[in-house]
Amino acid sequence: MYSEKVMDHFSNPRNVGEIDAPSGVGEVGNPVCGDIMKIFLKIEDNRIVDAKFKTFGCGAAIASSSMATELIRGKTLEEAWEVSNKAVAEALEGLPPVKMHCSVLAEEAIHKAINDYRVQQGLEPWEEKNHHTHGHEEESCGV
Amino acid sequence: MCGAEAGMGIAIPASGQDMMDKPARWEVMQEKRTIYMDNAATTPVHPEVLEAMLPYFTERYGNPSSVYSLARESRKAVEEAREKVAKAIGATPGEIFFTSGGTESDNWAIKGCAWASGKKGGHIITSSIEHHAVLHTCQYLEKNGFSVTYLPVDEYGLVNPADVEAAVTDRTVLISVMYANNEIGTMEPVREIGAVARDHGIPFHTDAVQAVGHVPVDVNQENIDLLSLSGHKFNGPKGVGALYIRKGTRIGTYEHGGGQEKRRRAGTENVPAIVGLGKAVESATAEIPEVSARVSRMRDRLIRGLLSTIPHSRLNGHPEKRLPGNANVSFEFVEGESMLLLLDSIGVSASTGSACTSGSLEPSHVLLAIGLPHEKAHGSLRFTLSGDTTGGDVDYVLLHLPGIVDRLRQMSPLYKPDEKEVKCNVQ
Repeated sequence: MYSEKVMDHFSNPRNVGEIDAPSGVGEVGNPVCGDIMKIFLKIEDNRIVDAKFKTFGCGAAIASSSMATELIRGKTLEEAWEVSNKAVAEALEGLPPVKMHCSVLAEEAIHKAINDYRVQQGLEPWEEKNHHTHGHEEESCGV
Repeated sequence: MCGAEAGMGIAIPASGQDMMDKPARWEVMQEKRTIYMDNAATTPVHPEVLEAMLPYFTERYGNPSSVYSLARESRKAVEEAREKVAKAIGATPGEIFFTSGGTESDNWAIKGCAWASGKKGGHIITSSIEHHAVLHTCQYLEKNGFSVTYLPVDEYGLVNPADVEAAVTDRTVLISVMYANNEIGTMEPVREIGAVARDHGIPFHTDAVQAVGHVPVDVNQENIDLLSLSGHKFNGPKGVGALYIRKGTRIGTYEHGGGQEKRRRAGTENVPAIVGLGKAVESATAEIPEVSARVSRMRDRLIRGLLSTIPHSRLNGHPEKRLPGNANVSFEFVEGESMLLLLDSIGVSASTGSACTSGSLEPSHVLLAIGLPHEKAHGSLRFTLSGDTTGGDVDYVLLHLPGIVDRLRQMSPLYKPDEKEVKCNVQ
């Protein structure tokens, strides 16, 4: 059910771990729903010089975290902000429909981490798309 | 911690305590094994079962309803299979009706009793941990004028017969409680529940799909009026099962058409599958004493080994009143599907109650019903062993699962260093 790319990023996830004294941290999800994603950023001169993650979740959640951190490394904050869940899913050569929310979590975690940094810098947070979600349209995960 | 980072399929930390000759260390994978521990999902057709079935696809293809000798061979085979199924559960052949499997048997038993009761607004008592074949059928009836009581279970998944008694009303038309739970393996007090039903003159149905062929079942001693069973759970073919209907039980016809199965279940008999079902239930039932004892010992060793080598783990289901082959364990801070994928990468097939594999967002209703918080339900693994499982298979899982759990915990934001237990050097 998963693409080879998903299995690759799940089996050999890139950028696992935490960053000491991170510039920004974004955590999304809920253990009740079965997935939590936490992304750590190190930012220098408005550029993401390092990104790491810790994720509790299914194969797609771990692969999405791995791919998302790969996609934003080296990017400016403006560029990283534009990395969408679709971009994450496409880079993974697709996700099964019921797993698309994992890529949404990745996008949200990036946004949260960037805004965490901006707030710490005394800047206005950028407006986050309010599509949070755990899940599918028909039912949220309950809590 | 023991788990350094390593590529899956290249190196896996070994810390299974049953491997006395192998100390905890990184184990280089020599070969990929195939270890099937999902026997509650389905089982392989045993060779002697397949052999018994084969002639009925080709040479003995007659329709059992026809009159010529070719057809009589088929009829004879179907009736012999009926006798074998009856014998396996202490019934008479006239009380056995072949179906397409457990789901149809459950549907027929429940809808058939509901419609036959003639009581408008009839009431059904069942448990909150039934298979969806029962639960969704009950929910369908609720939309059609029936009321349903879904009894709670205790922390081990046991239904209390006193709760059944208390739920009975003068409108109750059926009590349906499973013989053994498919996820956590807990065996319900069916004899006592059946006695309550009998006292009130209410038919008692049990979904025994996980029990028949694995533990002794006797419909008379256990006060059972209707019983569902399925061929592929005990090394028979898929797509065939049976419903036991005690003589005299009022039940409506579910499948309308020809006069097969004493006019109660229409459709040309699936002769090869029915023959396979008969052969499989005969073999499995004969082997229960030896296989259940051997499988139970492996199950207990697996459970003990996992709980002792993996911190923050717990057994789901009853410690003793459980199916011989069922080991269901939750591991905190990790999610079930991830564990399954890593197990699969080393050749182990198992299952989980996590939402991530169910297609819904809710974890298993059974694990929630026994009081497990969502996050622990997401971290459950079910291993179901069989007579084909070897001690080496158990050793292999015990050797590799601790490393898999640890690897995922190192990745999990829920796993805090102060919650680590030093287990790495315990051998």
